[in-house]
Amino acid sequence: MIPLEYSLTLSAVLFTLGVIGVLVRRNVIVLLMCVELMLNAVNLSFVALSDHLNSAEGLLYVFFVMTVAAAEASVGLAIVVSLVRARNTVYADEVDLLKG
Amino acid sequence: MNFQMADLQLLAPHIVVLATALLVLLAEAFCKGERKGYLAYLGIAGIVVAALLTPRLFGPQRLGFSGMLAGDGFAAFFYFILYAVGILTLLVSQNYLRDERFEHGEYYALVLLALVGMMLMAGATHLMVVFLALETMSIAIYALAGYFRTERSVEASLKYFILGGFASGFLLYGIALIYGACGTTQIYDVMAYFKALPALTSSPMALAGIGLLTVGFGFKVAAVPFHAWTPDVYQGAPTSVTAFMATGVKAAAFSAFLRVFVVAFQGTHVEWSGVLWVLALLTMTLGNLTAIAQTDVKRMLAYSSIAHAGYLLVGLVVGTPEASSAMMVYLLAYAFMNIGAFACVIMVGRYGQENTSLDAYAGIGFRFPALGLAMAVFMFSMAGIPPTAGFIGKFLIFKAAVHEGYYWLTILGVLNSAASVYYYLRVIITMYFKPSPDEPAVDGLRVGPSAALATVLAGVGVLYLGIIPGGIIKLAEQAVRFMG
Repeated sequence: MIPLEYSLTLSAVLFTLGVIGVLVRRNVIVLLMCVELMLNAVNLSFVALSDHLNSAEGLLYVFFVMTVAAAEASVGLAIVVSLVRARNTVYADEVDLLKG
Repeated sequence: MNFQMADLQLLAPHIVVLATALLVLLAEAFCKGERKGYLAYLGIAGIVVAALLTPRLFGPQRLGFSGMLAGDGFAAFFYFILYAVGILTLLVSQNYLRDERFEHGEYYALVLLALVGMMLMAGATHLMVVFLALETMSIAIYALAGYFRTERSVEASLKYFILGGFASGFLLYGIALIYGACGTTQIYDVMAYFKALPALTSSPMALAGIGLLTVGFGFKVAAVPFHAWTPDVYQGAPTSVTAFMATGVKAAAFSAFLRVFVVAFQGTHVEWSGVLWVLALLTMTLGNLTAIAQTDVKRMLAYSSIAHAGYLLVGLVVGTPEASSAMMVYLLAYAFMNIGAFACVIMVGRYGQENTSLDAYAGIGFRFPALGLAMAVFMFSMAGIPPTAGFIGKFLIFKAAVHEGYYWLTILGVLNSAASVYYYLRVIITMYFKPSPDEPAVDGLRVGPSAALATVLAGVGVLYLGIIPGGIIKLAEQAVRFMG
């Protein structure tokens, strides 16, 4: 039996990695992966807490979150495709027309 | 988990709007070229049907779907704000899309789908439903922001997508921690749990959850310091989508923000109101000060929307029923004045040339008197000058703040509001008192019957709320009483 603290800590670490990734990386596809990492880190928390609280609700949420993550990824990749068509780049710092 | 047919009544407006969205997609396949504009009217017809089903919900609270969705006055009031936003957006879009050679049925379907998400946010009484509704709304809006596929539009879409996904991550983590601390994510159960266990208010897990939820909602309502995306996204997105985002997303996000914080976390009001106090002040001040420096009208309106989020946060800090009803009136007023202002911005532009720089507005007040008058009304309303809706909204919020003894926040808010008059009036001064150049950038207005109708409706809404607000205020007060 893995103690709750371990899973929650791992989840927090993964979430933080995702946050740092979004803040420091430039490649839009990597940014997308980091956002997914954040959502999946939360999924780990849900599973661990659901086990700890002995309630099945948390497990259900995981399915919802996975669906949302898939929908987000599909729209996100579509945006990346139109970005490449419009600007021919996948680097976030080269996308800088709007400023002021 | 139990399900009754009566629950469907609570969901009826959402189902109607969703069905209309699908119908629009289907009808698009049979619509040739020029006729696609009629799809906007199909969407409006769907919203009107949903609006006819909504007054039944206005009354004491009924919870359905195992306590996940509420049918109460609070939700119904927000549904009506969102219907107004939806109808005005569809009216404004039709002409604009035709002129930009981008008239496709998906646009109208996406607006309606986003509207379903917004309505679910207003009705949700379960944190997970709030999250799902928020994503339904956001994903549709990511696509709408990039709808024009021009460099700027795609850039806006990308920025909104990355930061929106980032924010949802925080929101979801907050939900997970609240689930861990309370063992439930139903809003009224969370409230009861906090009441039964006062020790919970100092539990790090619960407090971290509340903090993360604040960050998540802060992003969605564009509160400083989570506002960085707003100006770029609002400026780059198609103007009709900007109007939709600025009003609809804000109303929906604040409805969920209100229900989660004022109801579920009322036991920890002392803890979170301090943080939101600072956020409200920062948001108002930074929004207004940056707006003063803008030379692009669309970008200025983006910063002004940040400032308006600040005034609304004041209402949230106060957290009394009086403040909640004031926020509802404010959001309705904001919907009318902001969509109206963006409708005017659309009219000034033309294909391939948006004319959003302030210089383009020189002298158009006299050359196009009707447009000048409409823009002036909306700018006065945003500045909060009576007799317009914006004044009533601000007055109610600051009144509620004074009643609870938030004197400093009120004084700083009123000072902010006074500072904002500068940049709103600058638009009017440019329109009327700056001579138009020999070769004016604006040689004609991009106006069709639907856009004109939208502007007139928005103007009537602004003046009606400003001159005889009594009925709406009473309705909002009743609505909050049913929130529980």
